[in-house]
Amino acid sequence: MTSDKLNSRIPEGPLADKWSKHKNSVRLVNPANKRQIDVIVVGTGLAGASAAATLAEMGYKVKAFCFQDSPRRAHSIAAQGGINAAKNYQNDGDSVYRLFYDTIKGGDYRSREANVYRLAEVSASIIDQCVAQGVPFAREYGGLLDNRSFGGVQVSRTFYAKGQTGQQLLLGAYSAMSRQIGKGNIKLYNRHEMLDVVLVDGKCRGIIARNNVTGEIERHSAHAVALCTGGYGNVFFLSTNAMGSNVTAAWKAHKKGAFMANPCFTQIHPTCIPVSGHYQSKLTLMSESLRNDGRIWVPAKLEDAEAIRQGKKKPTEIAEADRDYYLERRYPSFGNLVPRDVASRAAKERCDAGFGVNATGEAVYLDFASAIERYGEIEANMKGMKNATKEQVIELGTKVVEKKYGNLFQMYEKITADNPYKTPMKIYPAVHYTMGGIWVDYNLMTTVPGLYACGEANFSDHGANRLGASALMQGLADGYFVLPYTIGEYLADDIRTGKISENHPAFETAEKEVNETIQKLLSINGSQTVDSFHRRLGKIMWDECGMARTEEGLKKAIAQISALREEFWRDVKVTGAANELNTELEKALRVADFLELGELMCLDALTRNESCGGHFREEYQTPDGEALRDDNDFAFVSAWEYTGEPSKAVLHKEDLKFENIKLVQRSYK
Amino acid sequence: MKLTLKIWRQNNTQTKGELKTYQVDNITDDMSFLEMIDVLNEGLVQKNEGPVAFDHDCREGICGMCSMVINGKPHGPSDAVTTCQLHMREFKDGDTIFIEPFRANAFPVLKDLVVDRGAFDRIQQAGGFVSVNTSGNTIDANAIPVPKENADMAFDAATCIGCGACVAACKNSSAMLFVSAKVSQFALLPQGAPERKERVLKMVEQMDKEGFGACTNTGACAAECPKEISLENIARLNREYLSASFSSK
Ligand SMILES: Cc1cc2nc3c(=O)[nH]c(=O)nc-3n(C[C@H](O)[C@H](O)[C@H](O)COP(=O)(O)OP(=O)(O)OC[C@H]3O[C@@H](n4cnc5c(N)ncnc54)[C@H](O)[C@@H]3O)c2cc1C
Ligand code: SF4
Ligand code: FES
Repeated sequence: MTSDKLNSRIPEGPLADKWSKHKNSVRLVNPANKRQIDVIVVGTGLAGASAAATLAEMGYKVKAFCFQDSPRRAHSIAAQGGINAAKNYQNDGDSVYRLFYDTIKGGDYRSREANVYRLAEVSASIIDQCVAQGVPFAREYGGLLDNRSFGGVQVSRTFYAKGQTGQQLLLGAYSAMSRQIGKGNIKLYNRHEMLDVVLVDGKCRGIIARNNVTGEIERHSAHAVALCTGGYGNVFFLSTNAMGSNVTAAWKAHKKGAFMANPCFTQIHPTCIPVSGHYQSKLTLMSESLRNDGRIWVPAKLEDAEAIRQGKKKPTEIAEADRDYYLERRYPSFGNLVPRDVASRAAKERCDAGFGVNATGEAVYLDFASAIERYGEIEANMKGMKNATKEQVIELGTKVVEKKYGNLFQMYEKITADNPYKTPMKIYPAVHYTMGGIWVDYNLMTTVPGLYACGEANFSDHGANRLGASALMQGLADGYFVLPYTIGEYLADDIRTGKISENHPAFETAEKEVNETIQKLLSINGSQTVDSFHRRLGKIMWDECGMARTEEGLKKAIAQISALREEFWRDVKVTGAANELNTELEKALRVADFLELGELMCLDALTRNESCGGHFREEYQTPDGEALRDDNDFAFVSAWEYTGEPSKAVLHKEDLKFENIKLVQRSYK
Repeated sequence: MKLTLKIWRQNNTQTKGELKTYQVDNITDDMSFLEMIDVLNEGLVQKNEGPVAFDHDCREGICGMCSMVINGKPHGPSDAVTTCQLHMREFKDGDTIFIEPFRANAFPVLKDLVVDRGAFDRIQQAGGFVSVNTSGNTIDANAIPVPKENADMAFDAATCIGCGACVAACKNSSAMLFVSAKVSQFALLPQGAPERKERVLKMVEQMDKEGFGACTNTGACAAECPKEISLENIARLNREYLSASFSSK
C-alpha cells in the first residue's frame, strides 16, 4: 500500500485526458499578482533554463542560480545524440501512445503511467518551441526536419543537431533566459553554489548559497524553489558527467525533508571510451546514435582476444566468421539497438568471460566498416559510378559517416589517438545518468511544500532505465510545459503573503550551519586530498553498486562507505580560506554529500530484491541472464525519508498502478 | 615525462599576479592537459600550498569553461581543440610549458587562470535571441522549411562554445568572432528575420560598451578558435551591421 506520506496527486480520469483536464483546473495567478511572487530556480541546464525563462515570461520574479560562470555551460550542453518527440514526421507509425509505451517498457515498468503519458503528450510542442527559437536541428534536403533512431524503439523519432543536440537546445533555452535577464525579470547568480534550502513554517521559502568568487554566504528568499540541479552520477567518481555535477542541492533538500526516490537506479551507458589510467578524471561518452550504424562485437575465439590484448593481432585481421556480434546474436529483433542496460550487461558478460579487447580486458569493439561500405555503395549508385572500386566506395562512405558523426569521431581520435574510420572504436560501459532522484508528485512538487524538482534531479519519468534521447525531452518538458503550470496551484495561496523576510530565524540557523560546515572542513587539516576520498568512494560504488549487485557486496559497501565518511571528516585536507575563490573547498562540500548519498544508494539496492532495468541483482536473473523482475512485491517507487544517518533512512512505498499497460517480461529478442 | 610549468598565479582581481615555476613528474601520454594540472594540484595540496585555480567542467570540449593560454596560444598548440581536449602526447619529456589566463580588459582575472567572461552573457542578453514566448501552440516545426544549406551554415555558426579564445588570441581583444557567430546563426534562419536589424545593432553596441577592441581583420581569432568558427561570419556581421545602420538612420 502506498505510504500515507506520499500523495502523488495523479488526476482522475482516462490517461489521455488527465493532463489537459488538470491544466484546465489548476489555479491561476493573475499577472499583477505574479509580479509580487519570487521563484528561485537552482540550475540552468535544460530544465532550469527553460523553467526560469518561462516563469519569467509569465510574470514571476525569478532568481536563477548556477555554479558555472555562465548558465550556458550547464551540463546539458554536453548531450550529444538527440531528443525524442512523437511527431511521426517519418510516418513510421509513431504516436503519443507509442512513445509512452516505449518509455514505460524501456524503464522496465517502474515509472508512473500518468507522468510518462504527459511527457509523451508535450513532446511535440518542445520541438515546435525550439524551432521557433532558432535551434538549428538537422534537416533533410527538402528543408524539413530529419530524424534518427535510438535504442529500445523501432521508430525514428529522435531530432538532432549533429552530435551537439544538447548544446543547441541549451543555447535555445539560454537565449530565452537571456532575453528575460535583459528585461530584468530574471536575476542571474552565476558562480553560486546552493548549500541549503530554508524552511519557514514547514514551507520552502528560500536557499542559502555561497558566492564562489568571494566566498560570501548569502540568503535568498522566495515563495517557491525549484531544484533543477541535474544528476548525481559523479558519486562514482568516474562518469560521463561534467566535473562539477553534484548531489549537494538535492541532498540538502533530502536532509530537510524531501524524500529521495529510487536512488539506486543508475544508468550505465554501454558506449563510452574505456578507462585508461589512474589519473583519469572523467569518462567520455560516444553517443548512442552511433549504434544506428556501428556494430558491436568481440572476437569469437578466446585466443584471438588474447592476441589482441597483447597487441599481436589487430581487429581488422579478425575474419568475419571469427567475430561475435553478440547483440545481434542474442537480440535479433533489436540487434545493436537494444536499451542501454541490456547492452551494458551484455558487454560486461563478454568481458568477464575473457573476450575483452584492450589491455585491461574491459573493452569491446564498435565497428563502422560495414556502415561505411553500405553508405559508400549507395552514394556510388546515386552518382552513377557503376564500377566503383572498393577504395572509392570506402571514400564515399567515409564522407557520409563523417557528416553524421564527424565531431564524435574527432573527439574519439583526440582522446585515444586511434582513427575510428579505419579501425573499430573500443568502448566500455560507464556511469551516465541517474533515474533516481528527488521524489515528486504529479505537479513536480517534492514532499516539502513549495519545493519542486525538475529534470534529472527528480525521479519522475524513466523508471529503472531511461531510453536514449529522453532526458533532454524530460528536462524541457518539465521546464517549458509542466512546472510553469503546476506551480500556480501552490502559488495561488501566496498572492497576499508579501516578500519573504531573509531575517527570519530559519535563515539565520541555516546560514550558521553552512558556515560551521565550511569552518569544520577547513580546520581538519588532515593528510588526504578530497580527490583521493572521492576516488575511493567511486571504486566502492562501481564494484558493489554498479552493473551487478549482490546482497553481500552491498552490505559490505554500506559499512565501507560509512567508515570512509568517518575517515573523511577526520583526515581530509582542504587548503585555502572560506572567503576566497577556493576550488578545493567547493569539491570538499560536494564529496561530503556524495559520501552520504552512496550509502543510501546501496541501501536502496539492497532492499530491492529483484532485478529491473539498470538495477541488476545477481541473485535475481532468468536462466539466460536477463533481469528478473518481481512485480508482486516490487512494483513500487521507493521513497526514502532522512532520519539522521543515511543507512537509517525510512522507506516509504508508492505503489505503481498500471491501468493502461500490461506488465510483461521485457523482451528485445 | 617530467615537465617544468610556469603558471600565472594571482590571488584576486585587485592584486597583482606573477608567473611561478613548478615541476611535475610521472606524466603520461594519454593524460589530458587538465589531468596533468590535477596531478600538480594534488601535489600542491599535499604540501599545503594552494592549488592552481582554473575553470573547467565538461572536459570534453563543449561547455566552453576551460580557458588557458598555453605557450602563448589560447587552448594550446593543437588546432581545433579546447584546453580540456589537449593531451600530453603533444608534449615531450623535459618541456617547459607556460600557462596563463585568457587576457583582455573585458575579461578581468578572478584568480590564477580563472577570468570573468560575464561580458559575453551581457552581449547575448542585449539581443542574442528570438523573441518568442513559450507556448504549447507555436506553429508546427515543419511549417517553416529551411533550406538544408542555410540550416547547416546556421548550425556551424551556432557551435561556438563562448569560450573567449578568439578574444584572447586577438591583439586588440576584439570579440567580433563570437558576436558574429551568434548574429550569423539568426541571420541565416527565417526565425531570426523579424529582429534581424535590431539584434545586430544592439549586440554590437553592447560589445563596444564592454570594452572589447576593434577588429582589424588579422584572423588570429579564427586561427585559435577551437570550434573553427569561420571568418565569413565576421564578413556577414559587417554586412548585417552596415545594412542595419543605414536603414535605421
Ligand atoms: C555526455 C552526455 C550525453 C548525453 N546525451 C544525451 C542525449 O543525447 N539525449 C538525452 O536525452 N540525454 C542525454 N544526456 C542526459 C542529459 O544531458 C541530462 O540528463 C540532462 O541534460 C540534465 O539536464 P538538467 O537540466 O536536469 O541538469 P543539468 O544540465 O545537469 O544542469 C544542472 C544545473 O544545476 C546547477 N547546479 C547543480 N548543483 C548546484 C548547486 N549546488 N548550486 C547551484 N547550482 C547547481 C548547475 O550549475 C547546472 O546549471 C547526456 C548526458 C551526458 C552526460
Ligand atoms: S568564436 Fe570560437 S574562440 Fe570565440 S568564443 Fe566562440 S568558440 Fe570560442
Ligand atoms: S572543460 Fe568544457 S570545454 Fe573544456
